[in-house]
Amino acid sequence: MSEVAERTARIDDPDQAAAELKGLVENILDQAKRQGATAAEVSAGDATGLSVTVRKSELETVEFHKDRSFGITVYAGTRKGHASTSDVSPDAVRDTVRAAVHIAEYTEEDSCNGLADADLMARTLPDLDLYHPWDIDVADAARQAEEAEAAALAFDSRIVNSEGVEVATGRGCHVYGNSHGFVEAAWGTRHSTSCSLIAADADGMKRDYWYTVGRAPGDLEDHLAVGREAARRTIARLGCRPIETGTYPVLFAPPMAAGLIGHLLAAISGGALYRKASYLLDSIGRQVMASGITLAEDPHRPKGLHSAAYDSDGVATRAKAFVENGVVASYVLGTYSARRLGLATTGNAGGIFNLDVVADTRPVAKLLHEMGTGLVVTSLMGQGVNLVTGDYSRGAAGVWIADGEPRHPVDEITIAANLAPLLEGIVGCGDDIDRRGNIQTGSLLVEEMTVAA
Amino acid sequence: MTPSDPLDTARQALWDVSEIDERHVARLLGRLTARDIDTGELFFQLARHESWALEDGAVKSGAFGVDRGVGVRAISGEKTGFAYADDIALPALANAADAARSIARSGAAGSVRALARGQVPARYADADPIASASESDKVALLRRIDAFARSLDSHVKEVSVSIALNHETNLVAATDGTLSADVRPLARFGISVIAERNGRRERGFGGGGGRFDAGWLFDTDAAEDYAREAVRAALLNLDAVDAPAGTMPVVLGPGWPGVLLHEAVGHGLEADFNRKGTSAFAGRMGQQVASELCTVVDDATLPDRRGSLTVDDEGTPGQRTVLIENGILAGYMQDKHNARLMDTASTGNARRASYAHLPMPRMTNTFLLAGESTPEEILASVDQGVYAVSFGGGQVDITSGQFVFSATEAYRIDGGKLGPPIRGATLIGNGPEVMRNISMLGNDWQLDQGVGVCGKDGQSVPVGVGQPSLKIDEITVGGTRA
Repeated sequence: MSEVAERTARIDDPDQAAAELKGLVENILDQAKRQGATAAEVSAGDATGLSVTVRKSELETVEFHKDRSFGITVYAGTRKGHASTSDVSPDAVRDTVRAAVHIAEYTEEDSCNGLADADLMARTLPDLDLYHPWDIDVADAARQAEEAEAAALAFDSRIVNSEGVEVATGRGCHVYGNSHGFVEAAWGTRHSTSCSLIAADADGMKRDYWYTVGRAPGDLEDHLAVGREAARRTIARLGCRPIETGTYPVLFAPPMAAGLIGHLLAAISGGALYRKASYLLDSIGRQVMASGITLAEDPHRPKGLHSAAYDSDGVATRAKAFVENGVVASYVLGTYSARRLGLATTGNAGGIFNLDVVADTRPVAKLLHEMGTGLVVTSLMGQGVNLVTGDYSRGAAGVWIADGEPRHPVDEITIAANLAPLLEGIVGCGDDIDRRGNIQTGSLLVEEMTVAA
Repeated sequence: MTPSDPLDTARQALWDVSEIDERHVARLLGRLTARDIDTGELFFQLARHESWALEDGAVKSGAFGVDRGVGVRAISGEKTGFAYADDIALPALANAADAARSIARSGAAGSVRALARGQVPARYADADPIASASESDKVALLRRIDAFARSLDSHVKEVSVSIALNHETNLVAATDGTLSADVRPLARFGISVIAERNGRRERGFGGGGGRFDAGWLFDTDAAEDYAREAVRAALLNLDAVDAPAGTMPVVLGPGWPGVLLHEAVGHGLEADFNRKGTSAFAGRMGQQVASELCTVVDDATLPDRRGSLTVDDEGTPGQRTVLIENGILAGYMQDKHNARLMDTASTGNARRASYAHLPMPRMTNTFLLAGESTPEEILASVDQGVYAVSFGGGQVDITSGQFVFSATEAYRIDGGKLGPPIRGATLIGNGPEVMRNISMLGNDWQLDQGVGVCGKDGQSVPVGVGQPSLKIDEITVGGTRA
């Protein structure tokens, strides 16, 4: 399709796109200096993408994405200002820099402000192998989506409706530069196929979904398998039966377990710590999870969805453990939060980069037998997590287990506990590791939670 | 400031600077419909935002941003093609139009009606929140409120205060002849405090805002009131006991707990889900879906409210739509696309997060009308249960109808009387069932303070909610005390 080719041509040569974007960033840094900033840092992105949705065998939406924008932080001594825009014309660049400088005239002194130390900038940039464009056009994407949906609808006659299958591809270049003279480009691709379905029986309709995502088209799960897995999961929600309110062991299925680990990482992140908005203040060296569990970061993983050579301060990322055998080994810090806490940055400005939950794993069937009677949580709803106190209470759906065997699905229930005893009470890790997210873990079995039904 | 025509303002801000005029726009719409396209639309936008944040006693960060662009949409039957350009220039627009129309491969050209401007009464003033106060005044305000919050109680340990100001200029031109503009102010103030006593720490929030400039923060005691509210909530939670677990009666306070309506029925009544048959409310028009006490309305016309719209993001005037009347399902929230496919009219509920996002049917200000009971009567009618007055947010699965909302300030009810405060707990229920279980409505109807954000398909838009005090006979409370 000619339009697609035309619209993506500019970035087909990633080196050229990176060179252009680097030129823009250098120009912006130069402007900042000329406008009186004592230091500055710029983040600029240029991305294109295509997403195609098919629903009930018909093409539903075709979206072309094309985003170009930049943001600048300027420092006037220890005061700072930030400005951003989607307009990269010379006038807009000048005005945006001026806006950032203007803001910095009104903010207050903060000795923690400023660029990261120059010697922390990433010096060597490993080839992370993140750029694998997918030259799929609208017609091919629509055909894949239609086939995936057909496989889903054929899976079981109780699949009565579809919210559609989306095939999406994106490619982009990101440049970070600062007035230390560090200006580097990173480019990458991201492709996905997702399928969302509705099943029904006499009790009503239930919805579920499945997706695959990867840096390279070849790393995606087969699109027909995505449709069938979505169907299997949706059908598995039919036939819910009530359970009794009580205290039970709970097994978090992998995507839900990743969320649980995410709460812990948020609680040992710099921003929450220096604002005293965490239940894990002063937790370095303290046992916060079951011993035997290590949370290890692997930022340079080839083709990793969250791989990066440097963080959003330009600081080199490095492999390390945040939690080692259940004990906090490192906080999650960027330059600013580290200075606020009197510590060194861990190269995590902007977040974590590929986290593995490392533990002795067992087959899920074995975990279910250890559990005996309890709940497997496959879906969570709502925001009921208070990191200041660790109080956790969320809506849930899943499968009821009795004598180690799945009995029936359950929904419209809540699970509640405090994160501190909850995470210290992890008694088993599954070998069913989900590789799609930033936090990669298998199922996690916790000793006890209150289940309200 | 003299009131100006938003269309003139928008043309100046969006077209004149790029030397675009109505003839260019008409030609682009013609290009969009050169194939078998039913509707084509250009959405021009200039969005400016400014924010300031105080923490640790000082205003340490401020940010300013400008986003400008055009979203181009082409619709053929149930198919939508969408592209956007981040510069308002003719070549980029032509390119986006070609991409958007590529959903239709051939066929006769569609028609383009002559552009005609509509007149709509404005629901908010033509104000620019960013320019309405000086930078020094905004910074001084944050510092004053920080000091004020700390002065209220010695247990207040951390205070974060922020102000976010937005100004949006939108212009829609479409092949159905729509030529419409809206200039929208939006301001929001927030304060979060952490109180500490005997080693226990708890957080409290306060805040408010709406479609007006920053004047309310300077001309009234509103900011001090938000600070008092945040400190009160944090101190209260220091004494909170474990929340009960299980199914029980729950009394909700007025105003913000209206997030119940937003989740339990609001999303489920958006037209897209009903056209596709994926909502628990699909095909139930005219049926009893709530107790007879309940009349639920979505109203974009309330003056100055956070969710109000003079015209929506397709250029349709904002309206008041009755969704449920005396318990009977009476209406869905429509945009043009879904209304056309369902053979009805748009209700002015088309909203988009920006020019780079497709519009969808969305809520504006959604609320439940008042009843006749006093809040005291409602409380006294419950022997053992929960009274919840503030919430942190909610979520719904529109297909099963199940929804949650998480209480951040709640109390036990013991023998018809208010008991001790309880720790935060999530409530879960099924929308239609919970609505049928509403057995008492208060005479104390309120809207929220103006801080709500609604997310759908990754797009966030500002919304309002409201309700009187009400009693739900039975809903599941997710505490830890089984």
